[in-house]
Amino acid sequence: MNISLLHIIHEQHFWLSAQRSIYWEEQKTMIVSDTHFGKTGHFRKSGIAVPQQVYKEDLQRFFSLATELKPERILVVGDFFHSTNNEEHNLFLRWKNDFNSLQITLIKGNHDILGNTWYENAGIQLIEDFYEIGQFRFQHDPAENDYPLKANSFIFSGHVHPGILIKGIGKQSLRFPCFYFRENQCILPAFSKFSGLALVKPKKQDQVYAIANDNIIKLT
Amino acid sequence: MHANKGNDIIHQWLQQHQLTPFAFQEQAWQAILNGQSGLINAPTGCGKTYSVFLGALMQFIQFNPTNWETQKNNGLQLLWITPLRALAKDIGRAMEEVIEQLGLQWKVAIRNGDTSTADRAKQKKQMPEVLIITPESLHLLLTQKNYPSYFNSLKILAVDEWHELMGSKRGVQTELAISRIANCAMQLQVWGISATIGNLTEAKDVLLAPLKIAGTIIKADIDKPINVHTIIPDEIDKYPWAGHLGIKLAHTLIPIIAESKTTLIFINTRGMSETWYQTLLTVAPELAGAIALHHGSIEQELRLWVEEALHTEKLKAVVCTASLDLGVDFRPVDTVIQVGSPKGIARFLQRAGRSGHRPGEISKIYFLPTHSLELVEAAALKSALIEGNVESKNPLLLCFDVLLQYLCTLATGEGFIAKTIYDEVKSTHCFADMQENEWQELLQHITTGGNALQAYDDYKKVEIIDGIYKITSRRIAMRHRMHIGTIVSDAMLKVKFLSGGYIGVIEEYFISRLVPGDVFTLAGRNVELVMIKEMTVLVKKSTAKKSLIPAWMGGRMSLTANLGAVLRRTFSEALTPQAGIELTSLIHLFKLQKELSHIPLHNELLIEQIEDKDGFHLLVYPFEGRQVHEALSAILAYRIGQIQPMSFSISMNDYGFELLSDSPIPVDDSNVRELFSSNHLLQHIQQSINNTEMAKRKFRDIAVIGGLIFQGMPGEKTKARHLQSSASLLFKVFEEFDPQNILLRQAYNEVLEQQMDEVRLRLALQRIEESKIVLRFPKKLTPLSFPIVVDGLNRNNLSSEKLEDRIKKMQQQLS
Repeated sequence: MNISLLHIIHEQHFWLSAQRSIYWEEQKTMIVSDTHFGKTGHFRKSGIAVPQQVYKEDLQRFFSLATELKPERILVVGDFFHSTNNEEHNLFLRWKNDFNSLQITLIKGNHDILGNTWYENAGIQLIEDFYEIGQFRFQHDPAENDYPLKANSFIFSGHVHPGILIKGIGKQSLRFPCFYFRENQCILPAFSKFSGLALVKPKKQDQVYAIANDNIIKLT
Repeated sequence: MHANKGNDIIHQWLQQHQLTPFAFQEQAWQAILNGQSGLINAPTGCGKTYSVFLGALMQFIQFNPTNWETQKNNGLQLLWITPLRALAKDIGRAMEEVIEQLGLQWKVAIRNGDTSTADRAKQKKQMPEVLIITPESLHLLLTQKNYPSYFNSLKILAVDEWHELMGSKRGVQTELAISRIANCAMQLQVWGISATIGNLTEAKDVLLAPLKIAGTIIKADIDKPINVHTIIPDEIDKYPWAGHLGIKLAHTLIPIIAESKTTLIFINTRGMSETWYQTLLTVAPELAGAIALHHGSIEQELRLWVEEALHTEKLKAVVCTASLDLGVDFRPVDTVIQVGSPKGIARFLQRAGRSGHRPGEISKIYFLPTHSLELVEAAALKSALIEGNVESKNPLLLCFDVLLQYLCTLATGEGFIAKTIYDEVKSTHCFADMQENEWQELLQHITTGGNALQAYDDYKKVEIIDGIYKITSRRIAMRHRMHIGTIVSDAMLKVKFLSGGYIGVIEEYFISRLVPGDVFTLAGRNVELVMIKEMTVLVKKSTAKKSLIPAWMGGRMSLTANLGAVLRRTFSEALTPQAGIELTSLIHLFKLQKELSHIPLHNELLIEQIEDKDGFHLLVYPFEGRQVHEALSAILAYRIGQIQPMSFSISMNDYGFELLSDSPIPVDDSNVRELFSSNHLLQHIQQSINNTEMAKRKFRDIAVIGGLIFQGMPGEKTKARHLQSSASLLFKVFEEFDPQNILLRQAYNEVLEQQMDEVRLRLALQRIEESKIVLRFPKKLTPLSFPIVVDGLNRNNLSSEKLEDRIKKMQQQLS
């Protein structure tokens, strides 16, 4: 297994990996966001020849994490699938068949527009707005605040595909996907490698873990 | 001249209107009547339109000697390809006048992005005799069913301003269109019209390649004297070392404008033209209403109004970009002002030629430098004009992105048979060297999306039905039609007022860096960004004094090699008795350069190493133009990186380039010769291409043209949103997951051919090998280094350090 970094929130242990996932030790839960499965398929169906290999690799990474970590369940914080149905979704279903006991819970994101029956048939538990385990809340859009929070709540989100820009002397700069921790919030990097970055501007008290090649590096 | 009714009638008409044809026009007419094809070399404003158009009329009259006055609906006779929409209207008007006076029944129509659907439908029913069209719209015509029938009757295909099209991807579009149309028409003559370039014969060969004939070149020997004046800043020692606006000198233009009838002020980029327009109005408020702005991003109606007003002498001056480089003459124009370096001799000549059209008049051009060193360029231009050292335009090779688009175009209309189109495509100059396997790969790309057929993939674009490649999906066909126009530009967004009302278009690249509330200038108006919605930028009026000026990527040009060589020579003359007015006025600056460092002679290469708070600068001045510098700097950075792991940020301008690093750069007497050696060049070119962002930038255009980036279309907005991705993301994905992809390979090939051209680099390095290398360690930035360090273009990055090490180092620097 590749090296993971430990981040502790409310005495709970969260392991962050360069594979763009979080493993929550106490709950035996794997957390990912913005997998955008079927995105290449959606492009290809419209005549845009994006290599399908990027999707296959994403899928493989997803299921090998499931194999290695043996989570009791996977929480997807939205944008599990990119758009309407296409052939690539069947490839996902074939993989998932081999992981019969794996429980997947999806907290709906703006891209998750497949009909409810599709998720039901795929054996994916569908949550509309947010999901809570103890003090921890899971919702797709970090800016969403329609629902009252418990005291000391901590929110895991996705949606923005956070990236970090670091600068050095001699006009050097580099950008990476990152996990972005604010006081009561964590924004996960997009799991899919076919996704862009939105640069975040961390404040002093924020913490950022950058993903550089196969390494995860704590920045602040 | 043998008896010919057409010839007689046209000459009668010319006599009636007291027009005396030029010798080259007579030659062109004779050649057309003889059924020849070829290239006419004539400057703007010398009746080059007539040289082909009247020939076409003569031919028609000759073939219809008895009923030429009554014969209607003859089908398409003359197809006139023009690079700029703006030109079409004027040319059309000139042609209609002649037709009317002769009493012919010919119709002239224009077809471009601005043509209404009603007019298109009319043309579909009955093609006019003359169709004036842009390359994009011509390709759009090829997406129609039955398009071959439009060209059955076609006699002459004319390509206006061929020097402007050749060397661009629109030129490749033109080549492909000719290869197709030549096989639809019974007997086609092709005529190109070109301004003077260094390689006229090649230009002719490229154009005529699909016809497989040699053709002829007809030259107009019209020598129009050119008068060049340089505007020397009054306080030259206070004139900025860097920058590219020249605004400080705006007041010097007012008397020039006042003394002239009409003045064209050429500015190199659209963004700067906006600033200039505003500034002139501030400096001379009395000019309000008498000056106008003209550039490619301005709403068409306004552009047309400006052109109209130029003809009718309603305007004193027009601030413009390359948008007015071409086309018919604006007779009232008697003065041209060039602001900033024109970057090439040919362009300078062409712009000068926009003034003084009447016989016997001289062309008057003023050169306004935008920073001190540009005065040296002015001196160089002057001597280049005397030598008549005009650049060549290099035709592009193997543009698979354009070919992919073309194949989909044909598949949208009639569909195509692979063998037929393969032979036609191979007949063009661009694709003459295409390999069979590359062709197969392209067919694979459009039919299976690059993959061999496999499960879990519903790629759909072109299908093969009974051996015919066809697009059957209406949606995909519609998208492709929408897509064809995108060959000219990067992703462009429309700019509209919230209250409605279209202002112009703007590059996505610029707008993506703004946030709502930011104020920018477009079409001379200050507007505030409200939001971006479905490929449209919504704005409202702003009263803010300060505003951002969009930087259009298209505006950046590189100094040509010809001008570079003259520039090196000119530099040598600084502080010598041979120095002309431009150089003498820079005496202050040269003295400082000499004091801090050194003034390079033409047989020397100056290298400066300067340390300051930004890090360690290594500056090299080969004076080869930005393009060559981009390549040279990458190779040098790569070679230094082999000595020890280092990361560089690279910047350049037309004079030299800068490598900037966070640690001392190991270049000294002991290794400098080796670093600039031409040994192992090819290998090092390959290595450094892979390490820079040059290919990534090339990929931007390729991805758009090749159909990977879809820019959205009306009525399908929500669905299109799921189909958008940026060129840089696609580049990354292809690099990692499909490195052999034909479009990705093209990006690298374009860098190799256009920027890292081995022959050119070898010549540059060999010249350096024969030069004396002068190493200097100035205490502070020198006049030569300043513009590169402060506002050099295209920061590239190249690193030989491990990514993780770089992060660690940067973190330490921060703490």
